[in-house]
Amino acid sequence: MKTTIWSEGIHPGRLPEAQLAENFGDLHPPLDAHEAMVAADRCYFCYDAPCVTACPTAIDIPLFIRQISTGTPEAAARTIFEQNIFGGMCARVCPTETLCEESCVRETAEGRPVEIGRLQRYATDTLMAANAHPFSRAASTGKRVAVVGAGPAGLSCAHRLAMLGHEVALFDAAAKPGGLNEYGIATYKTPNGFARAEVDWLMGIGGIELQTSETVDASRLSQLRETYDAVFLGIGLGHVNALTLGDIERPGVEDAVAFIARLRQSDPSSVEIGRDVIVVGGGMTAVDAAVQAKRLGALNVTLAYRGPRDRMKASRYEQDLAAQDGVNLLTDVAPVELHGSPLEAVSFAQPTGDIVTIPADQLLLAIGQVLAPIEAPALEDGRIAIGETGRTSMGHVWAGGDCTNRGENLTVTAVAQGRDAAMDIHASLMEHANG
Amino acid sequence: MADLSTNFVGIKSPNPFWLASAPPTDKEYNVRRAFDAGWGGVVWKTLGLDPHVVNVNGPRYGVIHGADRRVLGINNIELITDRPLDVNLREIKQVVRDYPDRAMVVSLMVPCEEEPWKMILPLVEDTGAHGVELNFGCPHGMSERGMGSAVGQVPEYIEMVTRWVKQNTRMPVIVKLTPNITDVRKPAEAAKRGGADAVSLINTINSITSVDLDLFAPEPTIDGKGAHGGYCGPAVKPIALNMVAEIARDPELAGLPISGIGGITTWRDAAEFMALGAGSVQVCTAAMTYGFKIVQEMVSGLSQYLDERGMVMDDLIGRAVPNVTDWKHLNLNYVTKARIDQDLCIKCGRCYAACEDTSHQAIAMNPGRVFEVKDDECVACNLCLDVCPVENCITMEELAPGTVDPRTGKVVEAERADWTTHPHNPNAVAAE
Repeated sequence: MKTTIWSEGIHPGRLPEAQLAENFGDLHPPLDAHEAMVAADRCYFCYDAPCVTACPTAIDIPLFIRQISTGTPEAAARTIFEQNIFGGMCARVCPTETLCEESCVRETAEGRPVEIGRLQRYATDTLMAANAHPFSRAASTGKRVAVVGAGPAGLSCAHRLAMLGHEVALFDAAAKPGGLNEYGIATYKTPNGFARAEVDWLMGIGGIELQTSETVDASRLSQLRETYDAVFLGIGLGHVNALTLGDIERPGVEDAVAFIARLRQSDPSSVEIGRDVIVVGGGMTAVDAAVQAKRLGALNVTLAYRGPRDRMKASRYEQDLAAQDGVNLLTDVAPVELHGSPLEAVSFAQPTGDIVTIPADQLLLAIGQVLAPIEAPALEDGRIAIGETGRTSMGHVWAGGDCTNRGENLTVTAVAQGRDAAMDIHASLMEHANG
Repeated sequence: MADLSTNFVGIKSPNPFWLASAPPTDKEYNVRRAFDAGWGGVVWKTLGLDPHVVNVNGPRYGVIHGADRRVLGINNIELITDRPLDVNLREIKQVVRDYPDRAMVVSLMVPCEEEPWKMILPLVEDTGAHGVELNFGCPHGMSERGMGSAVGQVPEYIEMVTRWVKQNTRMPVIVKLTPNITDVRKPAEAAKRGGADAVSLINTINSITSVDLDLFAPEPTIDGKGAHGGYCGPAVKPIALNMVAEIARDPELAGLPISGIGGITTWRDAAEFMALGAGSVQVCTAAMTYGFKIVQEMVSGLSQYLDERGMVMDDLIGRAVPNVTDWKHLNLNYVTKARIDQDLCIKCGRCYAACEDTSHQAIAMNPGRVFEVKDDECVACNLCLDVCPVENCITMEELAPGTVDPRTGKVVEAERADWTTHPHNPNAVAAE
């Protein structure tokens, strides 16, 4: 019998292929040239613009928008990439509604900000479509730096170091570079292999040697410290939190992170999904998992969060996206018991103590990620402690991105930290070289 | 509904909105559509002698765009009508017969000799048209042949031709003036001396709208070359308003009827021309941009404006003229300061950038992006208000007489005083 949205159990192909293709296509279609001109014209070119302050990478937004409006999107892209080499990905995945666009004075004035994210995409897409790398390397410094982790932080750091003339060895434990850009972001936010294409484009700077499927443990790290002039750790958060409900392992229960990664690496029509899906969590990963479960054809998707709605880490925009896609948002509920194996239902406790049981053949857990155990620099709050420019407690070792104790866990924050660490590494290496 | 019916030098129309002599009034088909849409009158596109002129076969318009490709200005290199004289005359006659309540003015341009004028005027009269407009303004093509603005730039020619025309027709004569001169009052005075019943202005302004940076040629480009054209549309309105006002307030020209032309796009633009003395207005670019239907907004808007103020058309026409004066008569004791409404302010900082970089450093940027005017520096230049994107967020507040202007440390005087009496003026006369 053909699988449909009504079929019980966990199956692939609940929706026709055409529907799946539409569901996992671009969430925000790109602006065309005229739309970009109209959108760009709304920018007031503010003095000391609040949007720039709100951007973790401090992109000169009014300048790049003005460059778009005068018919030079390539120059606009350069303005963006000078601050943020992942300007293309950030244009797609940044929670702009809580960053640049939230601070836009037109948001204040009219509740409708300049579409900074989409304009950024217009500019970066234009330049990247020409397949041109906008920067060239400085003369070789003869210095060698090891970058561990080829996610946004590591790649940003590697790119900036390469640009400054250093030789970079880039290691990643996964089979492909990109980190969460490649494995962790919802498919509809970055379709058509964009993450991979972006890494290839970024590597066009030259001077970066990538080694994938290369795990760096404590002994390898000390080796790297001896072999290289500096080391940057951008290793992300390798482990997911577990529910403390005893033995929950059974068919139907999975980490949302693994689910999202599987979906990103597959054709959606081959990805299995339940009829009644529950996602536990309240962050972006939870929303991404819930929305994608719905878009794969799950009949009922419930996003269950233990706190009130305003404490959810997912932005209001993301919450609304989930609601609009038909995800049920349940707040102030904590999972207390799993029923059946394979999974049949999950019981939740309400603040009143009342128990409610919801049928479920699939449970996706998105209750946070933690740093994988590493015998390395000193930690703070379970993450690598860094200073403003990414210095760790270990000499010649810098870190950035989700694995550190600073900043929000956002792509754009990781990019900023990678870049700033690279600048500090450069200053440090050149100071030693000159001294 | 206010009564908008107009009697301009004996030419009657149900409203003061006429289509200017231009492509929209080139033939019967368009003019019928215009009258059906509600236009009060037309000035038929300029007639000339046969053999009729030819136009270029490449682009004849260039454009200046604002945001979202909004048309701010158009220039053109089109000549006068390129259809045979008898065809135009026959069509005019038909339209006059079928739309008896609308104004039909015929624009004319023939060489600077009396004979051709003597020949063409009776033909126009025969159509039943209500008046003629002498095209002394067209700045491109025709001017190379000694007509259009080539006449309009020489007051003696204007006077001579106007006189010929007045001597050879019973129809009211409107002289259309070119803005491509230094003092518009001179050609207007010449027209008056020649016996003109009215002047209309402005015709288009010599212009190159843009340069193609691939072809290195002016636009519109014809086979790699371009010639200057005549500029019109919203961008020229300020120039036109000034020229209309210069004529309206000139003692020698007082009472000379004016048909206002130049970038009129909305009822409000029209009302501004009328307040500066225009008894009728002529529109072209707005119709070419949006079609004939815009006249309905013009009619409803002007009517509402007059009704809301309990005014009739005659109350409006010329009402602002007494307030157009010379700089030397402006009251130097009128002191204002910029005021920023913090509730309306969206904190863009444009006022700060403008003032700090290019004016008088009179706006402070305080913590939290709070922008405040420094009264001891503010000269009330108005730039902050002009660049502020929020309407009424920045206003100018008058300092009451008796208060001290913190910038000058002087008490604001109640009596007005201007440059004519200022001690720095070597030609100052003693104040009474």
